[in-house]
Amino acid sequence: MIQYLIKRLLGLLPTLLIVGILVFLFVHLLPGDPARLAAGPDATPETVALVRADLGLDKSLPEQFIRFAGGVLRGDFGKSLRTKRPVSTEIGERFLPTLWLTVAAMAWSVTIGMVIGTLSAVWRNRWPDRLGMTLAVSGISFPAFALGMVLMQIFAVQLRWLPAIGADSWRSYILPSLTLGAAVAAIMARFTRSSFVDILQEDFVRTARAKGLTETVVVLKHGLRNALIPVVTMMGLQFGFLLGGSIVVEVVFNWPGMGRLLVDAVDQRDYPVIQALVLLFSLEFILINLIVDVLYAVINPTIRYK
Amino acid sequence: MNAIVAAAPSTSRVRTPWSEFWRKFMRQHVAVIAGVFVLLMVAAAILAPWIAPYDAENFYDYDRLNALPSWQHWFGVDPLGRDIFSRILMGARISLTAGFVSVAVGALIGTALGLVAGYREGWWDRVIMRLCDVLFAFPGILLAIGIVAILGGGMTNVIIAVAIFSIPTFARLVRGNTLSLKHLTYVEAARSVGASGWTIVVRHIFPGTIAAVVVYFSLRIGTSIITAASLSFIGMGAQPPTPEWGAMLNEARADMMSSPHVAIFPSIAIFVTVLAFNLLGDGLRDALDPKIDQK
Repeated sequence: MIQYLIKRLLGLLPTLLIVGILVFLFVHLLPGDPARLAAGPDATPETVALVRADLGLDKSLPEQFIRFAGGVLRGDFGKSLRTKRPVSTEIGERFLPTLWLTVAAMAWSVTIGMVIGTLSAVWRNRWPDRLGMTLAVSGISFPAFALGMVLMQIFAVQLRWLPAIGADSWRSYILPSLTLGAAVAAIMARFTRSSFVDILQEDFVRTARAKGLTETVVVLKHGLRNALIPVVTMMGLQFGFLLGGSIVVEVVFNWPGMGRLLVDAVDQRDYPVIQALVLLFSLEFILINLIVDVLYAVINPTIRYK
Repeated sequence: MNAIVAAAPSTSRVRTPWSEFWRKFMRQHVAVIAGVFVLLMVAAAILAPWIAPYDAENFYDYDRLNALPSWQHWFGVDPLGRDIFSRILMGARISLTAGFVSVAVGALIGTALGLVAGYREGWWDRVIMRLCDVLFAFPGILLAIGIVAILGGGMTNVIIAVAIFSIPTFARLVRGNTLSLKHLTYVEAARSVGASGWTIVVRHIFPGTIAAVVVYFSLRIGTSIITAASLSFIGMGAQPPTPEWGAMLNEARADMMSSPHVAIFPSIAIFVTVLAFNLLGDGLRDALDPKIDQK
């Protein structure tokens, strides 16, 4: 197990390095001179030169990269061009609201998705299946921002049950996490159903039925366990989808998180903030996939020895 | 005593893979309806400039600001006095083009990379798959936002961003298929009669991957339409007054309280279009999946 973990961690290093290089090069891919961007539109050539030296932009690319990577490892991403505050402080304030939003969305969507998927597989081609799968295909077809606006209009504006914007109490989390999780719940339901349908046709399920177990035991103990193996992998990918989706949902609900910060930063070309956020989002995604892979290896021993 | 009964000569037509696919596909009524709907949408999008009742960007009906749907304005009027039905029609052009072009480009590049990676293996495979891993390391829409940040906003750049975003999935899909196809007997037979690597890949392996690519293509168009609309919604894609559906929703947001109908029609347009592509994709998958016929 330890060996597998080390192997997986080492396997991540090249990906991390390339992602780091891409994020670093991002500044140089932007149209225009980053030093001028940082100095502001009215800066004199002398100021631009000073800023260039200050940011280390006058050095060679490899030197700049080492400086950048060193800073990243120490948690130093430079200063925001817009607020002049350290990027780490800016992001620090925004990190938790996004994390909790994604976790809340993930929790409900995975649970509901798996329940709908299981029920659909058990009552395959009958009305629970038809209802569940109709809901699911609608869920993947309705864009999150439109759903967010509809939910906000109904529950916040018309009924006044829930707050429309902000992240002040647990009640503020309900609408955004519903919006964010809907597509994931739909995907999980479809995926669980197809995985479960395959499992229920396996020989060991027939054996379980043949030896007289009740259908509930067959489904929950023999079916669910095995059907979950591919579903766990799917979960890791879906978390990435949620992280990306949170960007749009945060805009709809004016959520004080990293997604809205990113949209604002792109809008105002605040490249140190963009760099740090892209890196952070990717890092989070890579780490979650690592955790999922390890979980997968715990459930399924054959993976460990491949 | 048993008489030997000669099998009655089959009267049915010869079953080709194509006719089999068509027979199975036509049995899926929902998917057929979705397919017809997609065709109608495409026709409406192509003809939009001629069938739209009003100019989508430059016609302002100042007497009916925020008017609800009526015979004159089927989907109502927005707060600036523009006809929503005409804007939705013109928006279909943008969204369908964005969905189709970006996925086509992504599928083309992804399929080529997947074929090379699967057929050559070794170094080619490692480099291409590492590239895909890196593209996959950026969650969801983030990669597209990063690309738009570099290239600048606008619909063309959104299409490029979504195309790049589609490459790795197609590459992985095709690579997997290629890896299993290339060890089949018919490919070995082709090689043993001296077919070149190019001939084997293009004539013998590529046709075997088409089914999977087509299914994924249809499902992916739906996702890409949503991604492109999302980017416009957060202000990085089409800019007002362009009648792109996501951009229309973003504009409508400010007046949600007074005129919710302005937001409802673009939402329905996106939903129905994406739903049609998803149902069509599901139907294609079931029709092309050999496992399904056993039930």
